[in-house]
Amino acid sequence: MNDTILLAHGSGGKLSHELVEKKILPFLANPALNKLDDSAIFETSGRLAFTTDSYVVTPIFFPSGDIGKLAVCGTVNDLSMNGARPLYLSLSAIIEEGLPLEELERIIQSIKIAAEEAEVSIITGDTKVVNQGQADKLFINTSGIGVIPLGVDISGANAKVGDKVILSGTIGDHGIAIMSQREGLRFSMTLESDCAPLNKLVSQMLEASPRIHCLRDPTRGGLATTLNEFAKQSHVGIKVEEDKIPVKEEVKAACELLGFDPIYVANEGKLVAIVDPRDTDKVLAQMKQNGYGRDAAIIGEVTSDHPGRVIMKTKLGPSRIVDMLSGELLPRIC
Amino acid sequence: MKFVDEYQNSELAKGLADRIANRSTKTIRLMEFCGGHTHAIMRYGIRQLVPKTVEMKSGPGCPVCVTATADLDKAIALARLPEVIITTFGDMMRVPGSYSSLQQARAEGADVRIVYSTMDAVEIAKTNPERSIIFIGIGFETTAPTIAASIIKAQQNKIENFHVLTLHKLTPPVMKALLDLGEVKLDGIICPGHVSVIIGSHPYEFIPKNYGVTCVISGFEPLDILLCIDKLVEQIENGQPRVEIAYPRGVKPEGNPKALELMDEVFEIDGANWRGIGTVPQSGLKIRKKYERFDADKAFPVSLKPAKETKGCRCGDIVRGAATPPECKLFRKVCTPERPVGPCMVSSEGACAAYYQYGPPENSEGFLERKRSKL
Repeated sequence: MNDTILLAHGSGGKLSHELVEKKILPFLANPALNKLDDSAIFETSGRLAFTTDSYVVTPIFFPSGDIGKLAVCGTVNDLSMNGARPLYLSLSAIIEEGLPLEELERIIQSIKIAAEEAEVSIITGDTKVVNQGQADKLFINTSGIGVIPLGVDISGANAKVGDKVILSGTIGDHGIAIMSQREGLRFSMTLESDCAPLNKLVSQMLEASPRIHCLRDPTRGGLATTLNEFAKQSHVGIKVEEDKIPVKEEVKAACELLGFDPIYVANEGKLVAIVDPRDTDKVLAQMKQNGYGRDAAIIGEVTSDHPGRVIMKTKLGPSRIVDMLSGELLPRIC
Repeated sequence: MKFVDEYQNSELAKGLADRIANRSTKTIRLMEFCGGHTHAIMRYGIRQLVPKTVEMKSGPGCPVCVTATADLDKAIALARLPEVIITTFGDMMRVPGSYSSLQQARAEGADVRIVYSTMDAVEIAKTNPERSIIFIGIGFETTAPTIAASIIKAQQNKIENFHVLTLHKLTPPVMKALLDLGEVKLDGIICPGHVSVIIGSHPYEFIPKNYGVTCVISGFEPLDILLCIDKLVEQIENGQPRVEIAYPRGVKPEGNPKALELMDEVFEIDGANWRGIGTVPQSGLKIRKKYERFDADKAFPVSLKPAKETKGCRCGDIVRGAATPPECKLFRKVCTPERPVGPCMVSSEGACAAYYQYGPPENSEGFLERKRSKL
């Protein structure tokens, strides 16, 4: 086999079969995928959640992750944020001619590891190859199906006055990690992406309390945008305290330098939960048991004042409005 | 880097706010010249920490905001020339000119690239010898030395396809113009920290001397700004206006001689056209004859239709401190960061963008209650 992707790898002929059989199947094998039929067949029951997302991050490798890990975690997390237990994923890759095979292999490896961690199977997929310049190295789409356990009802529209706002850890890690890899903005320190599957964290939280009203992973647009979405969907006000929001020193420093506010910077392994005040402590304690929720903190509460708006008590004491992200902070972050 | 939290400490902020409140007896008006200060003030809620006796106005220190529409039109016209690559700082992309914007020109096929440093523009020139590269040089004394350095580098490396459209502005002359105008009566000015790193404190001396207005140079962290306000209030209460540096870790009285030398080598002082203010003598920089082959104005003469201002947009009044963003009828209703009508809503240093993003300067909860009662 050649050591770069050729247009012929997308021809549907011999090279296409070789690519799938030698480079993909050995890593992602499972009974549904192994059949290589046109569609995967599986049985399930109950309320299902279904989601899809495309990943175009650049660069495709970044500290503590790559586009493959991101494509698995992103879709697993989208399912988890409705309380669903992720089961099956599809994986569709659009590859630019000339991508080194070794890079593709590393990405498939990383997809395997992420899928194993999240305990999901990739049961169907597709590869296409396009001419040089018509894609940028590799784009991946994943769709996912999950089952929602009985009694779980999580939606951005469920926040109630008096609920507490819990954040699962430090913000801005992913966005700054990507930014630090971009041309012209190299930092001397390494900032790692927080890219991670959060389904186990979510199921532990749901074990601790069925009264989790909203869950969302603050990806593009960051924490500020997620809080605004909750406030608008639920017609409530949200008040948070800036000094309760965990931010790593290096992220803080990079944000100062670049003129960003960390509340707008993307995350890929964090969640925001709106929880009934009676169960907050239980949920928080459970989150801290999980590695991905170690730094979890209560950052604010849901109020009846100013419905649809998010207010933040600044570090200095006064309050100000927190608006949604407007415009583009960092393109192609996920 | 451990020096972020220290300058954002809430206990120290409260101490400073108390000290300002205790000192302040006269009703006074201060202007923060710099858009960077406006954003920090709004982001941390500093206007809510100062007593009611201290009124704060935003000034013209936003390079994108003060760029005249005619100059924007010129940049857009240059972008449409064949074989030209325009390089610019990001904020300029979305600012509407009379008939179009750089973003629009790019969508229609012009080659417009965002760079983070002028040196990147020089690199682009080096790797594209068959094209003409024009850097849109905006900014105050802070950015002018780096642009001077890029021109010198281009000369040394014989990169002859690199050009600069210089729209640079100078701080002290426009402060003088605003004070001469007398439209907004001021007691003190929060002078820009980064500009002063370059020019030092001496160029402001004429302001207390001739106009009786106090000048204190401030850094950009919230505690820097509170300390600056404290010093302004102290001086005004004592009736002894002078220039003071409240940002000694960045600013020396003599400035940065090396940077000043670079600027002087490449540029000479000239009049400049300011949005909302008009032509201010000796408030801009033009490229000296010695370096004129890098001057985009000389290399690419373009003919322009007369500039026209957008109806209802009050950016011109806002940069003079004569209006606040909520006083503009377009603010929040027609003009938003997604669909900006004027530059003050586009630029990250613009007053409208700051008011939009962080809410009004009054106690925001009070504002929201008032807003609700109207509904």
